[in-house]
Amino acid sequence: MTETSPGALLESMMLVRAFEDQNRALAAAGKAPGTCTSIGQEAAALGVIKALGRGDLILTNHRSAGHLLARGADPGRVLAEIMGRSTGYCKGKSGSLHISAKDLGVILTSTIVGGELSLAPGVALSLSMQNSDAIVACLFGDGAACEGVFHESLNLAAVWNLPVLYVCENNQWQAFVHRGETMLTERIATRAAAYGMEGVTVEGNDVEAVYGATAEAVAKIRKNRKPILLETYTYRIRGHYEPDDQSYVDPQELAHWRARDPIETLKQKLIQQRSLTEDVFERMRERVARRMADALSFASDSPFPAAAELTTDVYA
Amino acid sequence: MAQMTINEAIGQALAEEMRRDSRVVMFGEGVATKRPELVKEFGELRVRNTPLAEGIIAGTAVGAAATGLRPVVDLLFAPFLCYAMEEIVNSAGKLRYVSGGQFSFPLVVMTMTGGGWGVGAQHNHNLESWFVHSPGLKVVMPSTAEDFRGLLKASIRDENPVMFFTDMTLGYAKGEVLEGDTIVPLGQACVRRTGRDITIVSYSKAVQTCVDAAERLETMNVSAEVIDLRTLKPLDEATILASVRKTGRLVVVHEASGLCGVGAEIAALAAEKAFRFLKAPVARVTGPDAPAPASHALEQAFMPTAERVVGAVTGILKL
Repeated sequence: MTETSPGALLESMMLVRAFEDQNRALAAAGKAPGTCTSIGQEAAALGVIKALGRGDLILTNHRSAGHLLARGADPGRVLAEIMGRSTGYCKGKSGSLHISAKDLGVILTSTIVGGELSLAPGVALSLSMQNSDAIVACLFGDGAACEGVFHESLNLAAVWNLPVLYVCENNQWQAFVHRGETMLTERIATRAAAYGMEGVTVEGNDVEAVYGATAEAVAKIRKNRKPILLETYTYRIRGHYEPDDQSYVDPQELAHWRARDPIETLKQKLIQQRSLTEDVFERMRERVARRMADALSFASDSPFPAAAELTTDVYA
Repeated sequence: MAQMTINEAIGQALAEEMRRDSRVVMFGEGVATKRPELVKEFGELRVRNTPLAEGIIAGTAVGAAATGLRPVVDLLFAPFLCYAMEEIVNSAGKLRYVSGGQFSFPLVVMTMTGGGWGVGAQHNHNLESWFVHSPGLKVVMPSTAEDFRGLLKASIRDENPVMFFTDMTLGYAKGEVLEGDTIVPLGQACVRRTGRDITIVSYSKAVQTCVDAAERLETMNVSAEVIDLRTLKPLDEATILASVRKTGRLVVVHEASGLCGVGAEIAALAAEKAFRFLKAPVARVTGPDAPAPASHALEQAFMPTAERVVGAVTGILKL
């Protein structure tokens, strides 16, 4: 089973889901801060990140657990960061909302909606001026597409021929506001034309489709050194942050998308294709559960930062 | 020693640092158009025009700085910084800290401000103290040609984001500039004039106003020491405190509005660390809590004058 085989992608998605579910449970029990989850968006995260090359750089948004884990981040260190421990990727100074991991090529998780868009051309400029063939993947939501910096970023990347894969995770919700209230068009990718850029929409809950569309876009960007806007059309199953009772969400809409759960969909497909059995699936589930338990004990056993850390790392 | 204007000193610093370090790039609105000599020497990839979009200019600098370049961006007039506050304050200033020190952001944001050109409130706003209040940033606001050259070179070599403010009326002022690769370190104030009776702390264009005032005070047998901060953050507390401990009196002078301005911080510094040396209350001479006016008459009234500085000093000394 290769890292990008359907079975491996399924297990990776399960890991992300389990990680988010564990965080929800910890938050509900008052044992960890609440987080902004990406439950329901696992296929969009995995399909994009797994199609990137090792040298490619990533800028992402506050629902970044899937992107980080897909990139190979240690769930224990991500959880430690969320829990404010010194063993976290950012020594506990980020929390869940700003996690970066230089060794993994993750330059930024931005919780300022659109912050990732503002840095993308600069990171790509560095790659261009270093004559690297790497590209930048910048992941943002439909909410960020309403920010002015969306326009500024895409326009500059287009004008300067920068190697950026803009990935709009159109998850239908912008904090507590439905996308339908904030824009008259359903799709974001159509906006690419305004910048002389190629725009593609892909079914975001189909991990194989997302992987394929991303791989194609990445190959084009690597060759042509021009940005592309890829939209993964998906849905945020949970609320803006945990805990959230989602009383404001139309139950029919939620049911519609729950029936399109990316993990369950892929599982059923693989079982029908006879490339997965319930036994194999159960073993995947057990492996994931063990990793979550290990992550939790690592994070829980990790120390908090010393108070002296309060004013370190402000200046270089 | 060479004689040159402050604009020429800035151009020389940029060229020297781009020559010295191939990672230095410069971009902004009209940067390539206005600095053809830099384009000619360093090429159009390193010296670039941009769209009129301050947010993405600053954000691009932040992204580039995080990944190996040393960008210098020109955001033109200081009020335009408002379009780039997110990128400067939330990204450049904070991302090193929230990354736990994984990334550094060596970049310089150049901007102009100051009364004298009659450009009014949306081109002239001395908002430098906003950035002093923002962690992770350094703030530089020189007054002489030598300092503009030496501090800009130091700012480009610094590993942190530096806000570099130029009072636009100083641009054509000539001054002596040292030859060779001399820098002026960030965080060091300069005593422009030594004195015994009172300390006058200032920066940027107002420094010359204070020196003029000190000369008038000399004729009144008042010996005033004038300190040019040059760097607002990090603040050279030692030089300020040594002077206040010597003279026992302090006036702070700047063109920016007084409320929560740099002068308030320096007054607090004196109260906290030199209170027992103070022989009189600290006085401030600043701009008012009003937008910068365009009318020449109002603009002149906005800015500190030597008369007002002399008045503040004689008030303290009860002359």
